[in-house]
Amino acid sequence: MKETLLDEATLLAEFEAKIDAEIKIEPRDWMPDAYRKHLIRQISQHAHSEVIGMQPEGNWITRAPSLRSKKILLAKIQDEGGHGLYLYSAAETLGVSRDQYIQWLHEGKAKYASVFNYPTLNWADIGAIGWLVDGAAITNQVSLQRTSYGPYSRAMVRICKEESFHQRQGYEIMWKMMEGTKDQQRMAQDAINRWWWPALMMFGPHDSDSAHTGNAMKWKIKRETNDRLREKFINKTVPQAELIGLKVPDANLKVSGTDSFGEPTYDHSDINWEEFWQVVNGNGPCNEQRLEHHVKAHQDGKWVRECAKAFQNNNDSINR
Amino acid sequence: METGKRNYYLEIADNAHILSHRLAENCSRGPFLEEDLACTNVALDLIGLAESVYNEIAKQLEGNISGDDVAYRRDEIDYRNCLLTEQPNDDFAHLMTRQFFMDTYHYYIFTELSVSSDTFLSALANKSLKEVTYHLKRSSEWMIRFGNGTKESSERAQAAINRLWRYTDELFTSDESYSDLIGTGVYPDQDKLKKSWMQKVDEVFFLAQLRKPENKGFQLHGGKSGRHSEHMGYILSEMQFLPNKYPDATW
Ligand SMILES: [Fe+2]
Ligand SMILES: [Fe+2]
Repeated sequence: MKETLLDEATLLAEFEAKIDAEIKIEPRDWMPDAYRKHLIRQISQHAHSEVIGMQPEGNWITRAPSLRSKKILLAKIQDEGGHGLYLYSAAETLGVSRDQYIQWLHEGKAKYASVFNYPTLNWADIGAIGWLVDGAAITNQVSLQRTSYGPYSRAMVRICKEESFHQRQGYEIMWKMMEGTKDQQRMAQDAINRWWWPALMMFGPHDSDSAHTGNAMKWKIKRETNDRLREKFINKTVPQAELIGLKVPDANLKVSGTDSFGEPTYDHSDINWEEFWQVVNGNGPCNEQRLEHHVKAHQDGKWVRECAKAFQNNNDSINR
Repeated sequence: METGKRNYYLEIADNAHILSHRLAENCSRGPFLEEDLACTNVALDLIGLAESVYNEIAKQLEGNISGDDVAYRRDEIDYRNCLLTEQPNDDFAHLMTRQFFMDTYHYYIFTELSVSSDTFLSALANKSLKEVTYHLKRSSEWMIRFGNGTKESSERAQAAINRLWRYTDELFTSDESYSDLIGTGVYPDQDKLKKSWMQKVDEVFFLAQLRKPENKGFQLHGGKSGRHSEHMGYILSEMQFLPNKYPDATW
């Protein structure tokens, strides 16, 4: 018993040395249980977010106003599904199957990004999601490219390339609508009014209130704090809004100074944390709808998955 | 643009457009993630196909009209897609059976059109054949999987065939506006197309142990002349909502 404990201490020291030296942890490497658990939670939550995120945008596929916009939207949603696939693969390297992850999602044991529990109510929401939601996601994911777990880090590198493309496409939709008719401008302003705060909430609670930040920073799973990332996003996005004539829905927003590049930094109101926790805990406008949609698709597809499996097995036994 | 030519072009474009719309409805509803993405891929190929034809029609029509105007701003009676393409997704077997019938059709019509004397259509066909060949490979494999998978999958596939077979003959009918150019080297001979289509379907059904319905002679027509099913109005009311409501807007 003593010997195992000693081993464990040595292994932990080796693990921490690797983290300190910025050497990636790989699936076969020894890792502390809490590190594995944290990754299982974070990567699967990330994967589920990509997949659940297909729904609010998918809500406008059949109403996309032009062939070009329909193609862009379909391709974007397809990219998100692809991100889901990379991330499920990364999460599976931790010894849990995709089926199990999906089951946890359906049982309410796994979460996904709360932002997708808000509804898409007009076409500009497609622009606002790309610009603000993907924009917030990139800010977070750019720092995650340096995360300490190898498979997660590599998935992030691939994903970031596509996300910045989504962000530009989303901004283009907003920009075009602001150049357009009064009705279009009204839709665009309505969209930022509804998506601004949910986008800021994507960075999570204040670091002082975040249950997971401590260990995650120590093990370099997270590389920057929630609040720091949120500030970065605000500083980057406010000028973009102003450039096309959109008003950011925050009465207290004002320039507070400049950063080291001479770009403006901002003072702003605090997030409505009551709303934040309500949505996280299942009481957002679409929480039930999103989960039910996913459960239904999964149940409707059961016979197809069984068919594919049975066919594969039959073929394997013929070829044997 | 001459009426017969316009109608023939519209059939190709509307078939691809409406079919892709149905496939796109399935996005985030697939049986598993990989298949969800694969269906979206096919939908994207088909929109691209429709878009090139709509743009060409717009180019050849008089007046300042865009491809999107042709795609979005017509009355239901002016859409010339076959009834098959507008049938609902229902379950994955219906979706894929509809796809298999259409992929087979696209494969043979583009094979024929690739040597058409109409230079736009032959270029389009040559460009599309690779995609369409891949679509057909995918959907025939699914039919074979359905038929040889489980009892349920085979029953569902057979039910879909029984339901959708009645819309297949329409693929091979000609509108009188262009019928004089059928089989002349401009537009392919419909009987020949039908024969190739039937052979492929027979072959896949044989491998899948599936069969044509008992009353296979029962056939419905109308889409090609603008007489659609009740589904079409709902497809268009969603699809045309923004262009209709905000005619002056560009997006
Ligand atoms: Fe993504
Ligand atoms: Fe994205």
